Amino acid sequence: MPDAARLLPALLAGGLLAAPAAAADVSETVLGNGLRVLVLPDDRAPVVVSQIWYGVGSAQETPGATGLSHLLEHMMFRGTARHPGESFSRIIDANGGRDNAYTSRDYTAYYQTLSRDRLEVALELEADRLRDLTLDPEDFRKELEVVREERRLRTEDQPEAYAYEQLQAAAFQNHAYGQPLIGWMEDLEQATAAQLRAWRERWYAPGNARLVVVGDARPEEVFALARKHFGDIPARPTPPAPRRPEPAQRGARRVDLRIPAQTEYLLMGFKTPALNRLPEAQRWEAYALSMLASVLDGGNAARLPARLVRGGRVAAAAGAYYPLYGADDGLLMLEGVPAEGRGAGELEAALLAEVRALQEAPAGEAELQRARAQVIAQAVYARDSLRHRSHMIGMLETVGLGWEAERELADRYRAVTAAQVQEVARRYLVDGQRTTVAVHPLPAAGR
Amino acid sequence: MRRALLLALAWALAAPAGAAPRIEHWRTAAGAAAYFIAAPQIPMLDVQVLLDAGSGRDGELPGLARLSAGLLADGAGDWDAAAVARRFEDVGAQYGTEVHPDRAAVTLRALTEPAAWREQALDAFVRVLSAPSFPEAELERRRAQMQTALRKLDEDPGAVAQREFHAAAYPGHPYGAPAGGTAASLAAIARADVAAFHRRHFAAGGAVIALVGAVDRAAAERIAERLAAALPAGPAPPALPAPPPIPAARTIRIPHPSTQAHVLIGQQGVARGAPDHFPLYLGNYSLGGGGFSSRLMRDLRGERGLAYSVYSYFFPLRHPGPFRLGFQTRGGQLEEALAAARAQLDRFVADGPTAEELEHARRGMVLGFPLRIASNASMIGYLAMIGYYGLPLDYLDTWTARIEAIGRERIAAAFRRALDPARRITVIVGGQDGR
Repeated sequence: MPDAARLLPALLAGGLLAAPAAAADVSETVLGNGLRVLVLPDDRAPVVVSQIWYGVGSAQETPGATGLSHLLEHMMFRGTARHPGESFSRIIDANGGRDNAYTSRDYTAYYQTLSRDRLEVALELEADRLRDLTLDPEDFRKELEVVREERRLRTEDQPEAYAYEQLQAAAFQNHAYGQPLIGWMEDLEQATAAQLRAWRERWYAPGNARLVVVGDARPEEVFALARKHFGDIPARPTPPAPRRPEPAQRGARRVDLRIPAQTEYLLMGFKTPALNRLPEAQRWEAYALSMLASVLDGGNAARLPARLVRGGRVAAAAGAYYPLYGADDGLLMLEGVPAEGRGAGELEAALLAEVRALQEAPAGEAELQRARAQVIAQAVYARDSLRHRSHMIGMLETVGLGWEAERELADRYRAVTAAQVQEVARRYLVDGQRTTVAVHPLPAAGR
Repeated sequence: MRRALLLALAWALAAPAGAAPRIEHWRTAAGAAAYFIAAPQIPMLDVQVLLDAGSGRDGELPGLARLSAGLLADGAGDWDAAAVARRFEDVGAQYGTEVHPDRAAVTLRALTEPAAWREQALDAFVRVLSAPSFPEAELERRRAQMQTALRKLDEDPGAVAQREFHAAAYPGHPYGAPAGGTAASLAAIARADVAAFHRRHFAAGGAVIALVGAVDRAAAERIAERLAAALPAGPAPPALPAPPPIPAARTIRIPHPSTQAHVLIGQQGVARGAPDHFPLYLGNYSLGGGGFSSRLMRDLRGERGLAYSVYSYFFPLRHPGPFRLGFQTRGGQLEEALAAARAQLDRFVADGPTAEELEHARRGMVLGFPLRIASNASMIGYLAMIGYYGLPLDYLDTWTARIEAIGRERIAAAFRRALDPARRITVIVGGQDGR
């Protein structure tokens, strides 16, 4: 049996396994009102995913008024004059489709998955709610309660999610990334329909939107449908929100939370640059950071599972994450739950020891090859999911990187050297740039 | 509203084209059944080995199935856990396991090009299945991890609700035992228990192999033979007993510091492949399975703003699996939400869906069928289910016709049979400070 390891260098040098065979390209057009339309044909199944992406998320929000983008996302399902109440989802359902939406720091995305012959239904409905949204005050009041329940479900009653929220708030003193996506509960309690109307007026304009269609559709057909349904929506300028640059961090920060929990939990973040904000000559840093995260946590063979979970038995679970495609500079995060009988202090020491190891010695070539193999494989697996493909196009376009950035990933990973991984570890994973949140369980009452 | 509905109706007659994928089936020499769908367009392969090794097989040691599944790849032949992981990850392959009450699955996703990568992934998969070493040290580690996971479960009011619900809905029956174990049972599991569990429950006689991907029939047969031969020889284990009926309706309240009350209402539901399954599945769309079209969503979320998530589902297993209606709301709203949910459920069980609701659900399911088979990932899910539960090979071909043939009365009768309020369990966790 041939030893695959010997084939890897030739493979990964770009010989045998280049970009997936016959990968289709994205076709683009821009309507007169500024709406960008992107189409990626994929006729493997008679299905399409249609998405509309707005260039607004929690990062555009201001203190005292957090959570508006996500709240607006909810209200977009509460009706227009032409399609009142909760008609939107009912009509998609009636046509055999599925629909949902999600808000992030850098964007808000709405999507429908449908049989190919129903695409126009989705486009008509999306154009309608871009053109007009009722924002009934009574519906707003109810939906605000729904969002508050969502916050309780996802954050308030989840110690690790709550810790994440606290990490962002402590790490970012000025930048809007410090604000929770769903908004502080206190801000939600004083949100008004008038605020939401103004938010929509400001950000939901065709020139600040992108329509992405992936699946069994031809670009010219989609362009024609887009012109038909969105073409008459008037253009409106969307002045960008002033960027709130984060002041330099000049020392480690720490938050010790005492909240209901059953185990300790540790989460730390180091200030790191985003690919999107680096000049071309420096973009290698972002890919090196991405590879660093893979060396730490790219799978069960990676360092954190191997050394902290299995080896030293100091972690029941441990992980690392670097947001390669964020719109703005973010955090490389390390997290863990201590193993039975071990403490958060030991876990923290072990995580920092792994950081030091990355700084003191270059990663092994086998580790880098493994990370590259994952990227190559994931690019193929991604072709199995229309939702994933449309998400990547919409997200990369909206943050400003361009959809081609995904295609470059394998080549960029090939170019990262062990010395570069060591260099970014030394430059960015330093104590003075670190923020740590530790969860200390409160003994539960009434047990 | 009218215009868009007209838009929709204009295409109502144009049913979606696209036949269901062709399912091939054969029996391997070692006895395991094999199911295969060719999917040549993307150079990848999905494999699932389904085993009668679910948490319902834990016996006296809750947690044994999950621990055994986890331990499988922690040593194979002379490879330790790190070596096993490297063999998969060096070629971008994804290995995994799943443990459910009535089944377990060992899964692989791998590239089929270059051939050397495919072969390395399959070799590693075969070795894990054929020669797991269950190292003592890794057993200790996993035992400790599962103890931590037990404590973490208690942090999560939703997970606590599920555990208590299943114990109450399946009193004294394996489907009601905690899949993550108890502190005592985890402490008691020995390596011999894991080895015995593997011999008995990973046996080829009880195994089903599902494959979807860019290989031809001959290659699929070779792969299935290797996998079946890798499993311990032996018959399927004897069937689990049917669950005893719930003796009486109960409401169980469990204190928890959460701001929300997590509620589960339900009982034993329906078995996979039973005659009532399709009627219940179709009817449930209107009650709580159809997202924003469902009565529960429209009432508790849309009208009252009480909950972000509210749903109802049947989880069919080899024996009747649970029916669960769930929602979460802050403590101060619990009583209103509970009353509303119960009223919706009672009304639905008494009367079934309206004709209009049924038509909406039916059309949506028929028109939406192509979405169910649009990816390799969804196809292998169906294939695994068809194979493991012994459903007919034309399951996907006849699916829409079966949905279209079900009338209101049949749904109403099925709900009355399945959801007797006298056997209903209600579990409420947390939210008790009434805020």
